[in-house]
Amino acid sequence: MTAELAVNIAWEPKIIAFCCQYCAYSAADMAGSMRLQYPTDVEIVLIPCTGRFDVILALRAMEKGADGVYVAGCLEGNCHFLDGNIRARKRVNFLKGELKNIGFEPERIEMFNLSASQGPRFAEIARDFTNRITELGPSPAKKVRNF
Amino acid sequence: MIIAERKPMEEIKGFVADKKKVCVIGCRGCVTVCNAGGTKEVEVLASLLRLDSSKNDSPLQVDEFTLERQCDPEYIDEVSHLMDKRYDAILSMACSIGPQFLSRRYPAERVYPVLNTCFLGGALAHGIWAEHCQACGNCIIHKFGGLCPISRCSKSLLNGPCGGSSGGKCEVSKEIDCVWQLIVEKILQEGKMDDFMKIDLVKDWRSSRDGGPRKIVRQELLK
Ligand code: SF4
Ligand code: SF4
Repeated sequence: MTAELAVNIAWEPKIIAFCCQYCAYSAADMAGSMRLQYPTDVEIVLIPCTGRFDVILALRAMEKGADGVYVAGCLEGNCHFLDGNIRARKRVNFLKGELKNIGFEPERIEMFNLSASQGPRFAEIARDFTNRITELGPSPAKKVRNF
Repeated sequence: MIIAERKPMEEIKGFVADKKKVCVIGCRGCVTVCNAGGTKEVEVLASLLRLDSSKNDSPLQVDEFTLERQCDPEYIDEVSHLMDKRYDAILSMACSIGPQFLSRRYPAERVYPVLNTCFLGGALAHGIWAEHCQACGNCIIHKFGGLCPISRCSKSLLNGPCGGSSGGKCEVSKEIDCVWQLIVEKILQEGKMDDFMKIDLVKDWRSSRDGGPRKIVRQELLK
C-alpha cells in the first residue's frame, strides 16, 4: 500500500459550520437532546446572526485546514435582524466565485436555512455536507501539505 | 471619491507567479469607502493568494499592511519597514496613484497595481457606484440643472440631447440614463427653458487633460 493511499483511508474531512444562535445553533442543541446522530467532523462556531458571517472567516478556516465550510441561518424572511441571512447568502455566493478563481471547488462552501425547531434537519444538513466533502476529498490546500 | 475595483484574479496570480514573498498594501482612503482596497479587501486577497499557492510545493508568503493614504508622502514613509527588498513584490491595493507613489519613494521595489482605477463617482446605493465627474477642471454643472453633461453624457455634449436619446435612456446602452433627458426635465421644472435655449459655446478644454498632466501649487501651504 502506498503512503498516499494509507493517508487517504485515514482521512476524515474537517468541516466548520458557522451557526446563527437563533436557529441553527438551537437546532443543533435539539438534535443533541433528541439523540440524533450526525458526523463528528462538523465543528460548530456560534455567531450572533449569519449577518455576522464574513468571507474572511471562511477563508481563515480553510487556511487553517478546513476542507469545507457552511453557514446555517434562519429561514428566509425569519431573520431576527431582518436580512442577515440574505446578506450571508450573497457573501457565500461571492466566495464560491473566489474559490473557483483559485482552483478550489465552489461546493466547499454552502449556505443553509433552517429553524430552531428543526433538529432532525440540522443533523441531515451535517450528514449531507459531510458526504459532499468526503466525495470531493481533502482540500486542495492540504493535498501537498499532508503528503 | 475615486472608484476602483480589484483586477481579475488571473491577472493578480500572474503578478505573483514567480515570487516567494509578497506584501499586499491597502489604503484607508477612497478605496476603503468603495470596498476595493481597504483592510478587509487586503485580508481577503492575501488569504486567497495564500490558499491558491498552498496547492503548490512552495507556498507563497503573503503579508498584509494597510496605511492611511497611499497618495500622501508622509504616509508612504510609514511603510519603509516593509521595503529594502524584503519582498519580491509589493501589491498595491490603492487607486493607481498609490503604486506610483510607492515606486517613486521606494525605487528598488517591484510594485504592482492590484486595482483598476475606474472613475470619479458616488454610491447610488450600497454596492452600486456611478460616474459623476470627469475632473474637467472648470465645473459648469450650475448651468445644467446641477447635472454633469461632461461625465454623464456618453458624448459629453454641451448642447444636447443627441438624436439617440430615447425613453430617457442613452443610445449607448439601456443601462445608461440619458443625462440630457434629466437636464431638460430639470430645466423645465425650474421654468428656465428660455435662458437654456442659448447655444453653449465651445468649452475651453485646456483645464482638462488637453492641457497635459495637471498640477496645483498652493503657495500659502508650501513649507
Ligand atoms: S463639469 Fe467638469 S468638474 Fe464639473 S462635474 Fe462635470 S467633469 Fe466634473
Ligand atoms: S443619448 Fe443622451 S447621454 Fe447618450 S449620447 Fe445622446 S445625449 Fe448623451
